[in-house]
Amino acid sequence: MNSFSKIGIVFGLLLCVTACADKNSPNYQYMPNMYEPVGYEAYGEVDFLPNRQEAMAPPANTISRGWIPYGYENTPEGKELARIQKSPLDSLSMEEDLAVGGQLYTIYCAICHGDKGDGQGTLVKREKILGVPKYSDPARNITIGTTYHTIHYGLNSMGSYASQMNTKEMWQVSEYVMKLKQDLTK
Amino acid sequence: MKLSCQDVDRNKIHMKKVPYRHSISKVLGVTLFVFLLFSVSISAQEDGAADEAATEAAGAGDTAGDPAKGKALFNQNCAACHALNRKMTGPALANVETRLSEDEGLDREWLYKWIKNSPGLIASGDSYAKKVYAEYNQAAMTPFPTFSNEDIDNILAYTAAPPKTAAPAAAGADAAAGTSGASAAGGISNEIILGALALVFALLVGMLFLVNKTLRRIAEANGVVLEDDASPKRLPLWKAFAKNQFLVLVTVVFLLLGSAYFAYGWMMQVGVDQGYQPIQPIHYSHRIHAGDNKIECKYCHSSARVSKTSGIPALNVCMNCHKSIYQVADETLEEGKREYGVDYNKEIKKLYAAVGWDEENQKYTGESQPVEWVRIHNLPDFAYFNHSQHVSVAGIECQQCHGPVEEMEIMYQFAPLTMGWCINCHRETEIKVEGNAYYDKIHTELSKKYGVEKLTAAQMGGLECGKCHY
Repeated sequence: MNSFSKIGIVFGLLLCVTACADKNSPNYQYMPNMYEPVGYEAYGEVDFLPNRQEAMAPPANTISRGWIPYGYENTPEGKELARIQKSPLDSLSMEEDLAVGGQLYTIYCAICHGDKGDGQGTLVKREKILGVPKYSDPARNITIGTTYHTIHYGLNSMGSYASQMNTKEMWQVSEYVMKLKQDLTK
Repeated sequence: MKLSCQDVDRNKIHMKKVPYRHSISKVLGVTLFVFLLFSVSISAQEDGAADEAATEAAGAGDTAGDPAKGKALFNQNCAACHALNRKMTGPALANVETRLSEDEGLDREWLYKWIKNSPGLIASGDSYAKKVYAEYNQAAMTPFPTFSNEDIDNILAYTAAPPKTAAPAAAGADAAAGTSGASAAGGISNEIILGALALVFALLVGMLFLVNKTLRRIAEANGVVLEDDASPKRLPLWKAFAKNQFLVLVTVVFLLLGSAYFAYGWMMQVGVDQGYQPIQPIHYSHRIHAGDNKIECKYCHSSARVSKTSGIPALNVCMNCHKSIYQVADETLEEGKREYGVDYNKEIKKLYAAVGWDEENQKYTGESQPVEWVRIHNLPDFAYFNHSQHVSVAGIECQQCHGPVEEMEIMYQFAPLTMGWCINCHRETEIKVEGNAYYDKIHTELSKKYGVEKLTAAQMGGLECGKCHY
């Protein structure tokens, strides 16, 4: 019986040790002051900012790197004015722009608008989001200007994508959307 | 099972003298019967096929339109902004025609005009058009000049037909349950197999015990004396062991080596957070988003393309979809409650609270709260890692380091993120040389130097200390 109790003690100790391995809390470290950053890390918490939050929208009247101010207002009138905009991208590098735009389109747009721009993305097929139009819809009559405008501001249920892409990337996607529209109307 | 049957046979042979010899096989038989009984009716599968029937069953009402065609048109063109019984970007549209004629005195002609050219109607100074436009945050409705009056009739027929989805769906579920109950069970779940195994094991133990008991009784009856105790004169085992010095030495060496092995293993896992799975403030299921709905990783983690950090999406990215998706599908909700103990709809409400989205009025209140996500993948400060270098330049799949994220209900750290793990990958991964003009020259020179066709990341300098530690 004595040996039984000894085995019991050993197992109890083992249980204590394994119980400390909690997957909800991080492991301990050898030299935490070499692991923990001294500077401010992305998405960190600091005392001097509102909500103690480092991740914030850029202050008013500043321009983030890679973004160019956009002169049209987020109104139906602004959208109509934007209709005649031309793409600022160099037409000589069209092929590369379309390749990049295609990749970005697959990441950001195809989930609803579909790989071919026919409004049949995965979320639409699974009936999570409905009412996504075809790019060739004559009622909407999209141009590269309105496409950029819509990506920049969003429209009704569609959100703005200006936080996920910079100005050039949004134009590249707009070019690609125009190509899809062409393919669809063919 | 085979073994147990043999045992039963043997019992029969040995236990002829025992009066209750059948008891064991009886018990076995009864339990087997009970087990089979349970295994027949295992799982009733749910089937939501009776969805289409719902709309067809719904009456056409007093309008001439076809509600089935109307539903297709509605889902294709209107559903982005309108729901039947819920305010979205635009008003709820159930019985919109009766509502307008009763409350506002507007007829179908007005609806034709509005749907075909709402901005024109607003500009023409129509009072209700202007009122609706102002009420819904001046969100302009897309004009549909391509709709014929018949199309609009169909849509109105759909909105007028009360959505009778609940009753037929329930009936369908009943029918499905009936059929699947009658048919044989398709797949036996693991738990039942385990339970059956445990049952068999318990039976075996019980039988051994009984056999032992009966054998003892037989021995007693036959007058055989059992030797219970060994002779006490023998030297105790541990004393004999202690006297043999060689044995002691060998044991000590083995013990030391063994404990060194375990001590090394224990020390090597300090600072490694593999499997770290913290509870997040909002239960976000990568399984549903990246797995079921196949949303690209980079849709939300967009800065992984261009920056050092992979980026935790700001809540506006969530709202790109969740402005429209305000609740999950019923079966998803059930699954979440059953398998993970999570009410997904409540989690969406948490998102709305944090981002300050007023569901009633469909606009932002401007009062937002930061969500304090718990960071899972932490590299020590002395190691530099850049996502864009790996994602955009090397073109590595996210899953290679982060594991099967699309199957994770709760995100956890898949890779150990140790230096050995990094270096191993750098040694094995071949660089995509083709189509990268910028590196052409250095690639050719290095392949010449190492005499290889394909360069690995290590040969490009991927093992230099200063690449990651500076």
